[in-house]
Amino acid sequence: MMLLSVTAMFTTWTPIRRGCDATFLYEISCTRRQKTESRFPLEILLGLNIGFTMIEVRNLSKNFGPKVAVRDVSFTVGKGEVLGFLGPNGAGKSTTMRMITGFIPPSEGQIRIGDHDMLTDPIPAKRLIGYLPENAPSYADMTVGGFLDFAAELRGLSGAARKSAVSRAIETCFLESVVHQSVETLSKGYRHRTCFAQSIIHDPEVLVLDEPTDGLDPNQKHEVRTLIRRMGEKKAIIFSTHILEEVEAVCSRAIIIDRGQIVANGTPQELKQRSPHAGAVTLRFSGGGVVADAKRKVNEVSSVEKTEVVSETPLVLRAYPKGHFTGDELARALGELAAKERWQIQELRVEEGRLDEVFRSITLPDRANGKEARP
Amino acid sequence: MNRLHPIITIAKREISGYFASPVAFVFIVIFLLLTGFFTFMVSGFFDRGEATLDSFFAWHPWLYLFLVPAVGMRMWSEERRLGTIELLLTMPVTPWQAIVGKFLASWAIVGLALLLTFPVVLTVNYLGRPDNGVIVAGYLGSLLMAGAYLSISAMTSALTRNQVVSFIVAVLLSLFLILAGWPPVTNLLVRWASPWLVDGVAAFSVMTHFEGIQKGVLDSRDVLYFLSVMAFALFTTGVILRAHRAG
Repeated sequence: MMLLSVTAMFTTWTPIRRGCDATFLYEISCTRRQKTESRFPLEILLGLNIGFTMIEVRNLSKNFGPKVAVRDVSFTVGKGEVLGFLGPNGAGKSTTMRMITGFIPPSEGQIRIGDHDMLTDPIPAKRLIGYLPENAPSYADMTVGGFLDFAAELRGLSGAARKSAVSRAIETCFLESVVHQSVETLSKGYRHRTCFAQSIIHDPEVLVLDEPTDGLDPNQKHEVRTLIRRMGEKKAIIFSTHILEEVEAVCSRAIIIDRGQIVANGTPQELKQRSPHAGAVTLRFSGGGVVADAKRKVNEVSSVEKTEVVSETPLVLRAYPKGHFTGDELARALGELAAKERWQIQELRVEEGRLDEVFRSITLPDRANGKEARP
Repeated sequence: MNRLHPIITIAKREISGYFASPVAFVFIVIFLLLTGFFTFMVSGFFDRGEATLDSFFAWHPWLYLFLVPAVGMRMWSEERRLGTIELLLTMPVTPWQAIVGKFLASWAIVGLALLLTFPVVLTVNYLGRPDNGVIVAGYLGSLLMAGAYLSISAMTSALTRNQVVSFIVAVLLSLFLILAGWPPVTNLLVRWASPWLVDGVAAFSVMTHFEGIQKGVLDSRDVLYFLSVMAFALFTTGVILRAHRAG
């Protein structure tokens, strides 16, 4: 997402980019990046109880017979945090979520929700959680309104409180048009949102969402993401997904799980740093003309480790920093070089790395040979 | 919050579920048709010239054998098939609240069907002077027996996500409970097995206990038998569900 937005910005700058100083353009991309990162301090100023641990999972393991589904998983999620749960199919995401919500007892380990232990004190712990299971199940023979009413009643809401909770959930999930329709007649998107509405009906402090955007169309996906991000300001949210751009759009932190184990845990920015391209500088020349010797000259810069030609016309070079040099330093050096050589540069960008590359290189260690994975 | 509250909520939903699908109507209509047919046609209620409902109650163990598992077969298998069991058991309810709530709902459906047989009571009262105490005991025994069958169906429906499998296994188990104390079978067994063994097995049968109550003898042991079958089967349902969740 970040990468996209930076590129998009350059597209909007098109009219004035010609003849523009390369370093100047690079600085714009830098400011843009820092802006999006400063999200937290504002919330702390607003006095929200950010950071208070709501979900604590310690040394969680689950065996199904001889098969180990989850192995020694530990993490915490605080209030105001949206944790993205990534991993290939069958990695143990759903199993972990089922254990957190108290559906499956773990083979080993501890789960704390707020102040309650899920294993010894499940009912108060379950009260704090809203859960959207995989495939969004709901009672096919009930109407949407009836189903939400049932969920609210089981959550201990009654009378006027229940009514307002149900209508609020209906409104939040855009279900007004199907309230009196039975669930089995609904399209997949509506069914999904019905189950989602059920999970937020009691305004829980903890939300566990198993693939909340699965089966939704792009508009609905966008709406659900916006909703998660908005709710994530006050709640502790875990959600699993296959869609990596979703993680960048919504999560404050992401965990990659593979074969039952956590293989990466960090902010999307941190994870992207692990990409093979992270820190490299991409240099796009404007116009069709090939600039003679550009690759050689770039290679001669002291901070360049190696240079590769990404495309010939227009010429795009990617330089990797040498040793301890950062991408920013390399970009500055290349900007100076471009100014000295009077190259017409269309774009000079420090690669942030791409989450899908990281995902592939971490979760496919068997196939990883020097090209795919970087230590 | 009141512990009974979730049970009532779940039972209410279950009952509305039965009426949303045709299950409840089909069950009630078929039950009424069959009881009528067997009581009046096969047993010759009018020809007997007795002011009792023996010919009516005598068919109940056999009718329930097929009809009660048909009501109970969806109880947990449907939850497992739809995946709603994951919703239900991650709500702030204990498994036993869910088990009891669902069981009571289906029991209420069977009870409603039984209640709708009241014309037969009116008929026998119109024609003669029956002992209405015996009739009330018969209804009570019938309801208890239905509950016992139903708890077995609940247990088998927890075993599988397939309703047909759940139905067949429930019928087989219930059939055993009937045959173990059915005179044609016990008379046969007496020739090979020692009488105390036959009696011991027969003590597990619904027939032995239902006949006692049906005759108007409301023995606490018979009532206790039905209640303990229900308690055992529902407890086993809980064990099965827990084992299924634990994987």
